[in-house]
Amino acid sequence: MIDPVTLIVALIGASTPILLAAIGELVVEKSGVLNLGVEGMMIIGAICGFMTAVNIGFSWSGFVAGAAGGAILSVVFAFLTQFLLSNQVATGLALTLFGLGLAALLGEAYSGISPPLTPDLFPQTLQEGSAISSIIFGHDPVIYLSLGLVAAVWYVLQHTRAGLILRAVGENHDAAHALGYRVVRIRCLAIIFGGACAGLGGAYLSLVRVPSWTEGMTAGAGWIALAIVVFASWRPWRALLGAYLFGGIAALQLRLQASDITVPVVLLDMSPYIVTIVVLVLMSSNRVRATLNAPAALGKVFHASG
Amino acid sequence: MGLTPLLTIDGLTKTYPGVVANDDVSFHLAPGEIHALLGENGAGKSTLVKMIYGLAKPDAGAMTLGGAPYTPAAPWAARAAGVAMVFQHFSLFEALNVAENIALGTETLPPPRALAAQIREVGKSYGLPLDPGRLVGDLSAGERQRVEIIRCLLQNPRLLIMDEPTSVLTPQEADILFHTLRKISAGGAAILYISHKLEDIRTLCDKATILRQGKVVATCTPREVSAARIAELMVGQLLSPPARTERAPGEVLLKVADLSLEPVAAFGTPLRHIGFDVRAGEVLGIGGVAGNGQDELLMALSGEVLTAPGAILFKDHGIGAMPPGQRRSLGLLCAPEERLGHAAAPDMSLTENAVLTARQREGLERGGFLDWAGAKDFARRVIANFDVRTPGPDVVARALSGGNLQKYVIGREILQTPTVLVVNQPTWGVDAGAAAAIRQALLDLAKGGAAVVCISQDIDELLEISDWFCALNEGHLSTPRPVRGLSMEEIGLMLGGAHATHKAEPGATHAAA
Repeated sequence: MIDPVTLIVALIGASTPILLAAIGELVVEKSGVLNLGVEGMMIIGAICGFMTAVNIGFSWSGFVAGAAGGAILSVVFAFLTQFLLSNQVATGLALTLFGLGLAALLGEAYSGISPPLTPDLFPQTLQEGSAISSIIFGHDPVIYLSLGLVAAVWYVLQHTRAGLILRAVGENHDAAHALGYRVVRIRCLAIIFGGACAGLGGAYLSLVRVPSWTEGMTAGAGWIALAIVVFASWRPWRALLGAYLFGGIAALQLRLQASDITVPVVLLDMSPYIVTIVVLVLMSSNRVRATLNAPAALGKVFHASG
Repeated sequence: MGLTPLLTIDGLTKTYPGVVANDDVSFHLAPGEIHALLGENGAGKSTLVKMIYGLAKPDAGAMTLGGAPYTPAAPWAARAAGVAMVFQHFSLFEALNVAENIALGTETLPPPRALAAQIREVGKSYGLPLDPGRLVGDLSAGERQRVEIIRCLLQNPRLLIMDEPTSVLTPQEADILFHTLRKISAGGAAILYISHKLEDIRTLCDKATILRQGKVVATCTPREVSAARIAELMVGQLLSPPARTERAPGEVLLKVADLSLEPVAAFGTPLRHIGFDVRAGEVLGIGGVAGNGQDELLMALSGEVLTAPGAILFKDHGIGAMPPGQRRSLGLLCAPEERLGHAAAPDMSLTENAVLTARQREGLERGGFLDWAGAKDFARRVIANFDVRTPGPDVVARALSGGNLQKYVIGREILQTPTVLVVNQPTWGVDAGAAAAIRQALLDLAKGGAAVVCISQDIDELLEISDWFCALNEGHLSTPRPVRGLSMEEIGLMLGGAHATHKAEPGATHAAA
């Protein structure tokens, strides 16, 4: 049957790319920008990370390159939306399409290759003690980094002045401007952070999760990350919960397919997405409550007048 | 005098494309002085203070602060130099709490607990009690202003700029504010007080500088000059109050009975058991500070939000569940407050905007096709009859100035000969000449036998045109009373519910009846 320990370990691995992208997008949206290009930034991160790791031979260089690739693509978005004041939704969609196409082009020579291995952080002896220790210690460094990132984002948003300013900019950019905060600069930094997170998530996908390069390998993970931000009502710990919930269902359905239970495969394949839709519907049924924590200036174009 | 001036402004000039916002403006302020900056909308007051606060750079001219040259590059530089500002449209963040809002406006941030204590302490010494943990979205307008003032006071400013501070306050709240301001000026800080409310300025200010079309037209001591004279200086012409004639009340055209409504938006106000009726030939004035349910009431009357059929009666027919189009066909027309985006679509032409509300009543639609010639003709009539200054009906709504667009959206409804017209803040942000024209048009409409409901924050306006007066406070509507014989004191009590009378303790807003 299904072993709960391996299921949990698999769940955490399956969730990490989405979690990384979601936590980055959460920061972007908290600053009042809606970047729908997460999918594009993820796949660019996946191919940049894969290419670098294969060529240099160290997986860590791939993660750095993946984050850099995602960040560079997000700079395009930041320039278009913050300086040329283009529509954020349209620009984000364009970014996704552009990212998918560019990644396919870059990755043409890389299919069928195995990337260098990413070692676990803790030694094997520590992992094999018990069920608990294999859940706690049985992961690679990026997973611990993603958890640290959630904690850091939560702390910065809630308890530091920088986080307060970021939230203020996302809440009312005109008021923030009147107080003398540099709305455009703060938003650009948030967008680049979001791009780096998405790129890192993509690199994790191609270097650890799969691990190989296939065209279109993100397969909608970026869109799910976007949905998780709303599901989490812009709260970091809830984003963690949302990502693990989704990862859990994805990991479970793989195991259900392998076990003897006779459920049509297509239904199981659909299940994570159906659950996402159901959760989003439930979340938004109470409009007033859902909007309470939403950044009030989300998606609005800021133009400093006077 | 004898004192060195705290702030001198010498020959400041600022041009924006197409307009000279400030033209060679000069004046000075002594420490401890409360100095009024007077002028109509568009006279250049806001541009001037933006330059003092570092939000705009002057094209020419110089400023000194405390004897030293003063050229703030950004608001933080102005704050560092000891200049603080309370904005007209509050620069507050609704989803953040009081302490967080205050922290955002200060350069040096004490730890949260110390900040909370400081807020309480400053609040107490200036009579501005506030609970640092409350969400700003839940505060009344008067309390929000307190947040802004405390934010400024925490920086020990030498100069405090107040931009139209009483426009959103009840008379009682304004009294509390004046008391605070006098305390601040007694402490040695100068106050630059911007307003177009002459009585405020006559009670509060030591000196006044009057701007018209970007230029200083006069300097005076407001206590020694009559309000009428100041008004003349501001406008540059004599204004005649709207003419009204006696009329016998007709039948009840619009009746609202026990209308309750939950808010649609976050931080909206629920409506609670609203009831009133308006007769033919009458104007009902609904006063109250914005954010007390005005938008919600207008949406319920216009049909944007549906209610029980019996909650709104039009000539004794329940129309509460009817959508806006059907209500318009019956003769209930509305002109909402927000001109760009609610009353008019900003990027559509005046003709297209005419079609949006006049389609049914002016017969601009035939078998699903629009009659553009007729629509253009209708738009031209609105422009001509209401003196809308625009090149023509093909201009987009966004291109019109606030006053002109307001004349257009109100004229558009009036020319459709409504049986009942509901307007929200008809003269908000409109210059005095256009405001007088709009008021006169509303009175003429009532004279012709229509019923008019006018929701406004401007008490003087309501007293001028209404037959009946009532006030909205936190979603409750007071019982309408005849305007004749109503004292300012009584109006203040109606506006403030109960809470404005006891110097607004924190949490006291919930005690309002």
